[in-house]
Amino acid sequence: MRLQAVDVTLGYGDRVVVDGLDLGIEAGTVTTIIGPNGCGKSTLLRALGRLLKPSGGQVLLDGKRIDRLPTREVARVLGVLPQAPSAPEGLTVADLVARGRHPHQTWYRQWSSSDADAVAEALAMTGLSDLADRPLEELSGGQRQRAWISMALAQGTDLLLLDEPTTFLDLAHQVEVLELVRSLHSSAGRTIVMVLHDLNLAARYTDRLVAMRDGRVVAAGTPHEVLTEELLRKVFDLEAKVIPDPVAGTPLVVPVGVRH
Amino acid sequence: MRLYGPSRPRAVAVTLTGLALLVLLMAMNMRIGDIPMSLAEVLRATVDAGDPGHFVVMDLRLPRALTGALVGAALALAGAITQAIARNPLASPEILGVTTGASVTVVAGVVASGSAYGGASGLLLSLGIPALALAGGLAGAVTVYALAWRQGLDGYRLVLVGIGVAAVFTNIKYWLLTVGDVNDTTRAMVWISGSLNGRGWEHVAPVALALSALIPLTLLGARTLDALRFSDDTVVSLGVRVNRARGLLVLAAVLLAATATASAGPIAFVALASPQIALRLIGSGRPPLLASAVLGAVLTAAADLIARTAFSPVELPVGVVTAVLGAPYLIYLLVRLRGKGR
Repeated sequence: MRLQAVDVTLGYGDRVVVDGLDLGIEAGTVTTIIGPNGCGKSTLLRALGRLLKPSGGQVLLDGKRIDRLPTREVARVLGVLPQAPSAPEGLTVADLVARGRHPHQTWYRQWSSSDADAVAEALAMTGLSDLADRPLEELSGGQRQRAWISMALAQGTDLLLLDEPTTFLDLAHQVEVLELVRSLHSSAGRTIVMVLHDLNLAARYTDRLVAMRDGRVVAAGTPHEVLTEELLRKVFDLEAKVIPDPVAGTPLVVPVGVRH
Repeated sequence: MRLYGPSRPRAVAVTLTGLALLVLLMAMNMRIGDIPMSLAEVLRATVDAGDPGHFVVMDLRLPRALTGALVGAALALAGAITQAIARNPLASPEILGVTTGASVTVVAGVVASGSAYGGASGLLLSLGIPALALAGGLAGAVTVYALAWRQGLDGYRLVLVGIGVAAVFTNIKYWLLTVGDVNDTTRAMVWISGSLNGRGWEHVAPVALALSALIPLTLLGARTLDALRFSDDTVVSLGVRVNRARGLLVLAAVLLAATATASAGPIAFVALASPQIALRLIGSGRPPLLASAVLGAVLTAAADLIARTAFSPVELPVGVVTAVLGAPYLIYLLVRLRGKGR
């Protein structure tokens, strides 16, 4: 297990969102957490990325308690792309991606050629080399999302947590981002955990699905195991047919209606 | 392949030009006094210990000019840090509670000591007031920090709390000014508008010390300051201990502003305007630290020159001039920012 949540309780203030949850993320897999709005999937992802401290239980990174590891050390192994991240005004793509090198720099070695190499490589992998000097706000939504992923790549971690990386993107750009995620996985064996809303895209680009409702894991397994008509009822209150995706053969959810 | 990374030729150019301008402005300031000197005479009196003007220049004029430059630099650096932390171009050490805290304490001290102070007590003037101001500035900062802290330090909350605390301190200050003896309050007024009059080496030393320690430290923290411009989740995921980093940088800004205020009173607008001017000259993402400091020194030296020459022989407190120059600039900033939705 690369990353593990052991009996974690998560919340904001007095409000408990996730209560006593267990989840393990295996090395070299792409895992997607699905579930209705407010089910705690982003909260769980934030806890896995040590952005939120559990009020109970613990998160283990490679078997060690993540809250006891120096945060910089964690940042060299684990990259997190928060939901709808915002950048300071006027920042260029290259500036943003260069920020990803932060955990590798020290006060006596602030910028080195290996940093420059990592930034150039991350830009090339996300197809942004030509846009490096453009301010972020001039980019399209898809390009901007790729820039953020590029920053996480420059961080050079083999574990990536992406919170709704396709939000606000049209379908073509969603596919583009997920193809990129998939290639990051297949080219370097990165372990990736995402939160996604689109079940059909999740099924297609994911090794393992984790379905959550009310802060609990209802089902976890391959898309075929998880995305069943019964589960959609249980997790989303959704009546739907599940048929094979004519392109990929993965489960395809066709909604019938909402159960009342 | 092109190399990605920080390149700062423009920052270096602005900083060096600023330094040259600063030396010129300080020299022009040092011409002024009971015996006016030419620039050449100032130069000769500075380097030649046997020159008849040597004592005047070295013991009176140079420390005053240096106090102005160093205080301006310290205030501007504090402003650059504060604006970056608060992610707000309108933030300044004022919202950290430093300047207003110092003002209240000094006014209270002057009013409370009453006629004893009025009786030409040079010791209180030179040592007591800076000490009072330093204590008050630090106490004001502690107040703001304690009220703004809620499981962490949020830039937006810091600004709101800071504005509130500044309003309270300012009103206490005015109340003290109305109840105090008129002779005392007149003296207090000069101090709280920020003045370089009669500043000697004892005013140079604390600011020089603070700057020589804190400039290198904040420059080392510049990388972290860059990271802190992002939202907290991003900052943490980059491996920054966000509350500790923010706390240390705010502490540096507080110490800089407090020592500067102790030496010359709360000189208005230098901390607010210099980082923003530097930012526009260089075109970097956040206020540049070193260039802001140099511009703060230039601005203060220029303001002091105007304060001493514009209505000659009457000399204005330098803070009056920076306020008069700064207010339109503040309005310009507000107009420019309006409609941006933040």
